[in-house]
Amino acid sequence: MDSQSVVIRFAGDSGDGVQLIGTQFVAATALAGDDFATFPDYPAEIRAPAGTTFGVSAYQIHLGARPITTAGDAPQVLVAFNPAALKVNLPLIADGALIVLNIDSFTSRGLAKAGYEKDPRQSGVLDGYQLIEVDITKHTLEATEQFGLSKSDAGRCKNFWALGLVQWMFNRDVKTIEEWLNKKFAKDATIRDANLAALRAGHAYGETAELTAAVPHVGTVHAQFPPGEYRGVRGGEALSLGLAAAGELADKTIMFCSYPITPASPLLHQLARYGHLGVGTFQAEDEIAAVCAAIGASYGGAIGVTSSSGPGIALKTEAIGLAMMAELPLVVIDSQRGGPSTGLPTKTEQSDLYQAVYGRNADSPIPVIAARSPSDCFEVAIEAVRIAVRHMTPVILLTDGYLANAAEPWRLPNIDEIPRIEVNTPGTRVEGQDVSSFIFSRNPETLGRPWVAPGMPGLMYRVGGIEKDIRTGNISYEAQNHQAMTDLRAAKVASVAKFIPPQKVELGPEKGSLAVVGWGSTYGALYQAVRAFPAKERVSHIHIRHLSPFPENLGELLRGFDRILVPEMNMGQLATLLRDKLGVETIQFNKVTGQPFLIGELVQKIRTLLGAKPAVRAVRGERA
Amino acid sequence: MSAQLQAKDFASSQEVRWCPGCGDYAVLKSVTKVLADVGAVPEKTVFVSGIGCSSRFPYYLETYGFHTIHGRAPAIATGLKLANPELDVWVVTGDGDGLSIGGNHLLHALRRNVGFKILLFNNEIYGLTKGQYSPTSRPGTRSPSSPAGSFDSPVSPGAFALGAGAKFIARAIDVDKTGLGSVLEAAHGFDGTAFVEIFQNCIVYNDGVFNSFTERDKAADAQLRVEHGKPLVFGEGGSKGLAFDAKTMALKIVDAKVNASEVLVHDETNRTLAQLLLTMPQPEFPVALGVVLRQPGVAFEKAYYANQPTKLKRTGKVADALRQTSIWRVPAAKQA
Repeated sequence: MDSQSVVIRFAGDSGDGVQLIGTQFVAATALAGDDFATFPDYPAEIRAPAGTTFGVSAYQIHLGARPITTAGDAPQVLVAFNPAALKVNLPLIADGALIVLNIDSFTSRGLAKAGYEKDPRQSGVLDGYQLIEVDITKHTLEATEQFGLSKSDAGRCKNFWALGLVQWMFNRDVKTIEEWLNKKFAKDATIRDANLAALRAGHAYGETAELTAAVPHVGTVHAQFPPGEYRGVRGGEALSLGLAAAGELADKTIMFCSYPITPASPLLHQLARYGHLGVGTFQAEDEIAAVCAAIGASYGGAIGVTSSSGPGIALKTEAIGLAMMAELPLVVIDSQRGGPSTGLPTKTEQSDLYQAVYGRNADSPIPVIAARSPSDCFEVAIEAVRIAVRHMTPVILLTDGYLANAAEPWRLPNIDEIPRIEVNTPGTRVEGQDVSSFIFSRNPETLGRPWVAPGMPGLMYRVGGIEKDIRTGNISYEAQNHQAMTDLRAAKVASVAKFIPPQKVELGPEKGSLAVVGWGSTYGALYQAVRAFPAKERVSHIHIRHLSPFPENLGELLRGFDRILVPEMNMGQLATLLRDKLGVETIQFNKVTGQPFLIGELVQKIRTLLGAKPAVRAVRGERA
Repeated sequence: MSAQLQAKDFASSQEVRWCPGCGDYAVLKSVTKVLADVGAVPEKTVFVSGIGCSSRFPYYLETYGFHTIHGRAPAIATGLKLANPELDVWVVTGDGDGLSIGGNHLLHALRRNVGFKILLFNNEIYGLTKGQYSPTSRPGTRSPSSPAGSFDSPVSPGAFALGAGAKFIARAIDVDKTGLGSVLEAAHGFDGTAFVEIFQNCIVYNDGVFNSFTERDKAADAQLRVEHGKPLVFGEGGSKGLAFDAKTMALKIVDAKVNASEVLVHDETNRTLAQLLLTMPQPEFPVALGVVLRQPGVAFEKAYYANQPTKLKRTGKVADALRQTSIWRVPAAKQA
């Protein structure tokens, strides 16, 4: 077996350390010079009863020659630590895939817990797959016996035994993993040594046992990267670093106020370690307090940032309206998850677009942008802060559970080359000018007002959620003023479009037969799917970062295509937005299974569309 | 700073829009006076409020002011103190704003001991929404939303604050210039959350609700002015005193002259005594006024910065932080 890329999936109980070996495998992959993308897929339960299907946690890695943009469709290698992991993942894997089974767990009890009436090894469901059956637990216990650990502690090293085996399968040594273990368990020599022994034993097992299965080998074509410095990065890390960079570029403190919620919490954890980068964090008592504290920080002259997932953003909504009314900068990060209500907290979805664009009382427009890949989170975080500060407005940044945890190689940016973030520092008040009208003298281009913070002498002013006079900022219930202020708030958000780059086409011609249009974390899948079609099909991939307002050329660009396909992990929210804002009709392709799009299903959809004659011209023309 | 600012210097040019005769006018007057007396610096002073009649307060002061959303002023003020711990921050709230919709934020501000003052204007009614009963209304309060009289138990602001872990709790009457003034001064000097309950008369929807202890002829018997280190006495000429009944574990009223040795001496650092004083039933007992509790502690924002190795100063570079992991280089000329 030889190909340009391979997809591997580790699966076991939530407590088996599957996520840990997944990330270690990725680190080794990065150093081997391969491109990669990952997808951690874990259950909502922290430690569901061992051996049950609902406690299965998995980590998928797609690696090989560039460009790898998704975590891959069907895994060609599955490492299953127990029968439940096999049962849950069997439907996902490729025909003929290689399955490494930990057979110690295939006892009658283990099988029953997974809901298998018969041993799958005998029932025929594994026909057509290649099996490697190994007593992983037994081998692990043997390898670690010398350290005198309890049976359960010793057994916990089995993930590293399995990792050792997989490293061997891919012709790699275990050096980088050894280094990591040495660092990680520096304070606990016994645990360190036991894990090292398990790792080496697994690797040695591969060498000595006669494994008959054909291991899919990554082809001889190595990943080609543009020259530069690289690291692996998860979306959450890139977003955190991006916020810190934004603070540095604006020379302002970032005050990140948040309340724990899946899958947004890792941002809080990451940023809590960035005090030396001028980032403060505050764990508030609830979602509302979190956004309010961020607003208080912005009012006080720091860059207030709050973060949550869909349900928490719903709670913050009223306060976001206050930030808009008070004309204060604020960044609201929404790590979307499966919904509605509690929904599927650990699964991914992009269904908060309506909430971000339309989800507030009254006429309350707010800029909305979205990240499309783990490394893109860095740029998008800077962009969100830039817009918030330039226009003195709250900004919503959409990411999702998949992006937060997924990883990819990242060519490190040169911070010195990124334009600084200009802050609306109040200028000098003209002699005799009334303080309030000075404070609300807005920049004609951005409609942003000077960022006056308590502590600045001579500029004491009052502001709040009540409608204010367009000139003085004092309370105003005057009818024409409310109309004028509402128009001003709309014009302010519309003005963002003047500062953003025109929408470009990621792949394919500027005009053609089909535009595949997406936003957010579907980027990789859409890109690869479109890439599968030859130039003569005239299929293009367009991916939108600025969702509100849209880039000014987007309508014209889309009108250059006969048809527009909008694949989304929701029931058609971007499709609605395109119709609403641009009068563009689209063909929807929607998926809300909690799993990312597979390249295969997108390719099939595009192929079907290309085969069919367009029934109607999909573009309606200018809106009346 | 040139000449000492006067009370009038702290009044803004905005026209005050409370109902004529509202207790809020008296509080505003006391606050401007205290700001002048303590030498407050206008640009470093911020009033943050939520929603309600009392929350209009910031508009009337020539300081920084933020009129926010219902119940959330403590949360916003917390963020403000984190961004700039040097500011002198006052939170203005009411019984509905602070104890109903914003109860959670009040609880957490108090337990954290964030360095700001919270003035809770308690009028036992929702004024701005036109007279519904509030969480501090007494059972039987007839209002548009409780035509037959309310029947839920009210919350005691002082006992709530104590339960939340407040370290400074004081009470005063809106029109009592001396009592309110001294409490506000004490609150201003406190390092942490200073919680002040102000009995505020709503002349339109709940007029006279505090008359049983605020009226001049009842004050002596119905008010207990507490002062640290002084005996807990009240009544004409200090004729009555509070003593501890060990059998019932409650306070009792004794003759302050006959049983002088039994009369308790106020200790503002004693939380148990504070609990007893804040929950004395009326009308059997007087209402405790003044600084009931004052315990030294560390203000949240000070602890916050003390726990930051660099005090949030930017000493590192993101360019370095990016590289705090395994890095690999792809050379310019590399070919597959």
